[in-house]
Amino acid sequence: MIRLTIDYREVQARPGQTIMEAALAAGIEVPHLCHDPRLSPVGACRLCQVHVGGIDRAPVLACITQASEGMTVITESPELAARRKAILELLLSEHRVACTTCDADGGCVLQDLAYRYGADEWLYGAYQHGEPVALNYTSENRGIEYDAEKCVRCGRCVRFCDEVQMASAITFDGRGIAMKVNTAHGRPLHQSDCELCGGCIRVCPTGAMRERAAMGLGRAKDLAAVRTTCTYCGVGCQMDLQVNRRLNRIVRVTSAPGLPVNDGHLCVKGHFGFEFVNSPERLTDPLIREGDGFRTASWDEAIGLVGSRLRQIRDRGGPEALAFMSSCRCTNEENYLMQKLARAAASTNNVDQCATTCHAPTVAGLAAAFGSGAMTNSTREIRDCRVMFVIGCNATEAHPIVGLEMKRALRSGATLIVCDPRRTWLADHAHIFIQHRPGSDNMLINAMMSHIVGQGLYDRKFVAERCEDFDAFREGLGGYTVEKAARYCGVEPGLIRQAAELYARGAPSGIFYTLGITEHSCGTDNVKNLANLAMLCGQIGKPSSGINPLRGQNNVQGGCDMGAMPHRLPGYQDWKDPVSREKFQKAWGVKLPENSGGRVTHFIERAGNGEVKALYVMGEDPVMSEPNQTKVIAHLRKLDFLVCQEIFMSETARLAHVILPGACFAEKDGTFTCSERRVQRIRRAVAPPGRARPDWEILCSVSTAMGYPMNYPGPAEVFAELASLMPSYAGMNYARLEGDGLQWPCPTAEHPGTRFLHEGKFTRGKGLFHSIAFQPQKEEPDAEYPLILSTGRTLYHYNVGTMTRRMAVATQKQPRNFVEIHEDAAARYGIRDGQEVVVRSRRGRTTARAAVGRKVRPDTIWMPFHFVEESANALTIDAFDPVTATAEYKCCAARIEPSGPPEAASRQQPSR
Amino acid sequence: MNSSIKNALTFSTVEPSGGLRAAMDKGRAEIIAEVRASGIRGRGGAGFPTSVKWNLAAAAKSDRKFVVCNADEGEPGTFKDRVILSEYAGLVFDGMTIAAYAIGATTGILYLRAEYTYLREHLEKVLAERRAKGLLGQGVCGKDDFELDIQIRMGAGAYICGEETALIESMEGQRGEPRNRPPFPVDTGFTGRPTAVNNVETLAWVACIFARGADWFKSVGTGKSAGLKLFSVSGDCKAPGVYEFPMGITVASLLEAVGGQDAKAVQIGGASGYCVPAGEFTRTIAYEDIATGGSIIVIGRERDMLKVAENFMEFFADESCGQCTPCRLGNGKLLEGIHLLQQGRCSMQYLRELCSLGETMQLASKCGLGQSSPNALLSIVKHFQSEIMGRIPAAAAAARE
Ligand SMILES: Cc1cc2nc3c(=O)[nH]c(=O)nc-3n(C[C@H](O)[C@H](O)[C@H](O)COP(=O)(O)O)c2cc1C
Ligand code: SF4
Ligand code: SF4
Ligand code: SF4
Ligand code: SF4
Ligand code: FES
Repeated sequence: MIRLTIDYREVQARPGQTIMEAALAAGIEVPHLCHDPRLSPVGACRLCQVHVGGIDRAPVLACITQASEGMTVITESPELAARRKAILELLLSEHRVACTTCDADGGCVLQDLAYRYGADEWLYGAYQHGEPVALNYTSENRGIEYDAEKCVRCGRCVRFCDEVQMASAITFDGRGIAMKVNTAHGRPLHQSDCELCGGCIRVCPTGAMRERAAMGLGRAKDLAAVRTTCTYCGVGCQMDLQVNRRLNRIVRVTSAPGLPVNDGHLCVKGHFGFEFVNSPERLTDPLIREGDGFRTASWDEAIGLVGSRLRQIRDRGGPEALAFMSSCRCTNEENYLMQKLARAAASTNNVDQCATTCHAPTVAGLAAAFGSGAMTNSTREIRDCRVMFVIGCNATEAHPIVGLEMKRALRSGATLIVCDPRRTWLADHAHIFIQHRPGSDNMLINAMMSHIVGQGLYDRKFVAERCEDFDAFREGLGGYTVEKAARYCGVEPGLIRQAAELYARGAPSGIFYTLGITEHSCGTDNVKNLANLAMLCGQIGKPSSGINPLRGQNNVQGGCDMGAMPHRLPGYQDWKDPVSREKFQKAWGVKLPENSGGRVTHFIERAGNGEVKALYVMGEDPVMSEPNQTKVIAHLRKLDFLVCQEIFMSETARLAHVILPGACFAEKDGTFTCSERRVQRIRRAVAPPGRARPDWEILCSVSTAMGYPMNYPGPAEVFAELASLMPSYAGMNYARLEGDGLQWPCPTAEHPGTRFLHEGKFTRGKGLFHSIAFQPQKEEPDAEYPLILSTGRTLYHYNVGTMTRRMAVATQKQPRNFVEIHEDAAARYGIRDGQEVVVRSRRGRTTARAAVGRKVRPDTIWMPFHFVEESANALTIDAFDPVTATAEYKCCAARIEPSGPPEAASRQQPSR
Repeated sequence: MNSSIKNALTFSTVEPSGGLRAAMDKGRAEIIAEVRASGIRGRGGAGFPTSVKWNLAAAAKSDRKFVVCNADEGEPGTFKDRVILSEYAGLVFDGMTIAAYAIGATTGILYLRAEYTYLREHLEKVLAERRAKGLLGQGVCGKDDFELDIQIRMGAGAYICGEETALIESMEGQRGEPRNRPPFPVDTGFTGRPTAVNNVETLAWVACIFARGADWFKSVGTGKSAGLKLFSVSGDCKAPGVYEFPMGITVASLLEAVGGQDAKAVQIGGASGYCVPAGEFTRTIAYEDIATGGSIIVIGRERDMLKVAENFMEFFADESCGQCTPCRLGNGKLLEGIHLLQQGRCSMQYLRELCSLGETMQLASKCGLGQSSPNALLSIVKHFQSEIMGRIPAAAAAARE
């Protein structure tokens, strides 16, 4: 630590920190417009001049001068004040000072500084308007608006876009007085490389860069900030909903530098994706089926009906006749209550949630290998990775803030290895890119490991001391030579060797994967094999080193933690273990059910054959999210009773007998657990629409109506109960979760939480090697369906689009479905870029617009699954992982043909 | 002989590649010692000791280093680099080669002003001849441990790109905007590697120093300002053009030589320089007195000083890169102020504001452009008070009484 004095106070700084950073950390506000702690310093505004070593010395810039031992700094003097006032007056001279009508009023750094230094906005005369209507690169944009008349040219937006987001969509254009923010060639923003992350708005110190939709809904000083957790992906970004209480409306979303997960960064969904909250299409009243339609009902009537029907079906049909689908979109408290409703009120283990569609193989695979199934490291640790092994994971789109951390690691010199059938952003920036064929992951991983063992690159000590079953595993690698794998995967053998060596030698190396690994009929095997790889190289149980599944939905980690799945009680406690059973039976005052229960995919199967008679769905849309859609609808129609607890009239809700209107994340209190095992609060910012109620309240009423009363004053008490039953949450309570939340395991009230798992010892004791034999995909391409179809998500939309398709910015950027096809394949089928096409599989057909390029392999096509009316899941195969019943969304056989004339090639999709 | 050359130039008497061969007989440290002994300082305007720059670049550790010849010559009233490049390119490349050897650079880049594109063909020809003669390439002058090639890059057509860090940004394909210092280019320059940037003339003199000896160079000029210097003389004089004078020459003798004895003032150092009134013509042109990159603009008796200031400010308002606040907006405000003065609408109070703004710009701007752009106006206001006050209605009225 360096010691220096700033304004006669002794202050500490880390080596390399600037005077600005040291001062701000000590609470000394050196005025600044262009400095941002997350951006490289430029020294553009020139407001931060300070005296170093005496007031008579020529001032230096605080933002670029490094602090040094014994330095004495003075941040205010008459001379400095005069100079700052002069600079501010210059800025005001070209600024349309209109604080009266400016949304930034009360949250504007220029306004604050002008006030602090008494800058005279009239010194140089009245503001001269430029062009009456100055059109610029944002004029057509539905999300972002740039106002050059309020811009102080601090360049924060430009640097953010360039350095942090690495999109380089905007730049300064022109010089001197004519300099303005612009895109390259002034192209409209939505047609540029902009990823709509909103970063340029968040870093802007004035009202120059702003949300178009927020205009007129409240000045910064009218808004109250409610700190909460993002409701989209599982990264767990903290954000501040800026609420106009008078209008009961979220006006904009901000975040703050220094937050542990996201450091103030958000992605397009986090920043802009709250329009759905205020949508007129929200469900506002309970609805009961009447013929082909619905009628509104009172809560008493609806709950009464649900309670009595479920009771009847339970009493007549037994535990297997009812099934409950919980939701990773909902809070921990609600997931806990849902499984309690199933187990205690309905006496069935038929409870599951959407993790089945994505990360159940993670839970199963990692639990088998290590004893617990979660991201082993923290998001913040990624920046210190020296080697990142990224497989089946498009982080910059699906987990954009983890993607930012990866970009940060890249900038600081980390080596990036990407294995993906698709050329993603990360693949484009990788040192080694292995574009293997979909479904060949285990072939590839086995070959890497056989090379590592063959070269003696594995960590003998780690394997001997911390793992078991190595010999059998080693034998199993026998047939997997690099050459054989290279042939099957369709990649260069040299790349496989290099990747293996780099990963084994990295100090440290981290593995990152997502649904490209799990959404296969061999998903659990894939996960176990990545665990093998990490153990083999001793790359686990250290900071920045381990296995990191990035969870798809905001609370998929919490949903699993809460035991909303058939074979695990809350906290992954075994449903068959007598001690655990006894603990829960005592706490809940009931006998636990004994049926083995099923998973979501089984519920759908069994609805079809009459075994399941009633299904209770909370916050999920299986019609859209489950494979082979036609079949799902037919099966759900056969149910005696379908209850949907929803915020919108979803495709599944249309089939329901009763619909109960729930509250969204911004309308209730609770907690989410993000990918890095951090339990964080969500907080009520606005009231739910109409008579909609928080889901935890609805579940309590239903349970009570079923004859098992649940009474909690609020989510805090639900949390207290679940923490008392779950050792890994035992040390948490709402008071401790204020601030940055806590990462499990957190077993006692003093425990600080756990940054990375498996230090010194695996949860299950020794790490278990599994010998994994390669299994090919279930449906190989053939003459009739010659291509492999893979599906996935894009940056701009989320899941089945219920929320994001209501986002003006996202729909402008990506209005409809598209299918990516390699230019060679496209030529073969006579398809041109932008043309209408039909994609068919053995299960159905859908339309899309062709995106021709080189992103996918010539043998593969790729589609996102966000679009209801052009649904990729009409095509996907209902083949499942035998362990977790996760569907093989990542590969099936398909064919593609042109259907309409090619349209003018418009850039729907950044073609990188 | 180039018609702009008005007196005998030493450059025409020095054999191209002579200095280079003499230098190649020495060790790296010896070369820098010789440059130090000559006392030469940068001829591009800032006057930084060349040996110190080379020493820093030589000491910096890197896999690659660069020598850059700054041929962006954009200062209004300057054209001496153009003359050197068209007549004595061999000396410039000699200087670059010596610099490269001294600091351990393997690539030299000549950054040529966009308006000088017509010189490119000639320069490429000279380079090709040097390659053919073994003065470039692997084993320069038969030295096995020395490899060098020299490329030409075209300028971006902006005055600011002559500032060495903006020049480097521009060569990297970025907007031509100055960087913060430190780090200095000798440490973190082109593509983040150590880079010595020198002016055309500096490099040509280096070649002469090795041909004639450091003592020869040191023997001319003053103690702090050694050697000879080229001047671009323009404006109200009988014989404008390029002249060679020893450093330390008085303004008066210079004016005499160019036929501008009855000037009202002389602008020394281009638009960003200092406006010397007739009363100060006894001062010397030297780093310790009035420094200059070589631009001398003679201002005749009948000139309106405010018009002179207006011309300069127009130039800066146009050429500011826009990166930092004081310069981006300040030049425009000073220009508007001049217009107000011309229209008789400026008050004493406002003039004081403008002068104080000028000081803020000098002290708070990021680079030399904004730091020096108010110089001309401030020195005119100071030295031609009566002329300026005459434009302020109240002051003019007071003076009449
Ligand atoms: C605005 C500005 C413009 C400049 N233009 C030039 C130029 O055109 N040519 C030049 O040699 N130096 C120019 N300089 C000076 C360079 O930054 C640098 O100091 C010089 O190239 C170093 O060479 P020297 O040490 O040999 O003089 C300029 C400086 C500033 C601030
Ligand atoms: S940007 Fe700031 S200073 Fe400008 S009008 Fe808005 S609140 Fe006022
Ligand atoms: S929204 Fe993000 S990507 Fe788009 S211009 Fe702004 S910072 Fe760049
Ligand atoms: S838009 Fe905002 S962040 Fe960007 S340069 Fe202008 S004031 Fe700065
Ligand atoms: S002083 Fe002028 S030219 Fe220099 S960085 Fe600032 S704006 Fe650019
Ligand atoms: S904060 Fe230092 S110059 Fe802007």
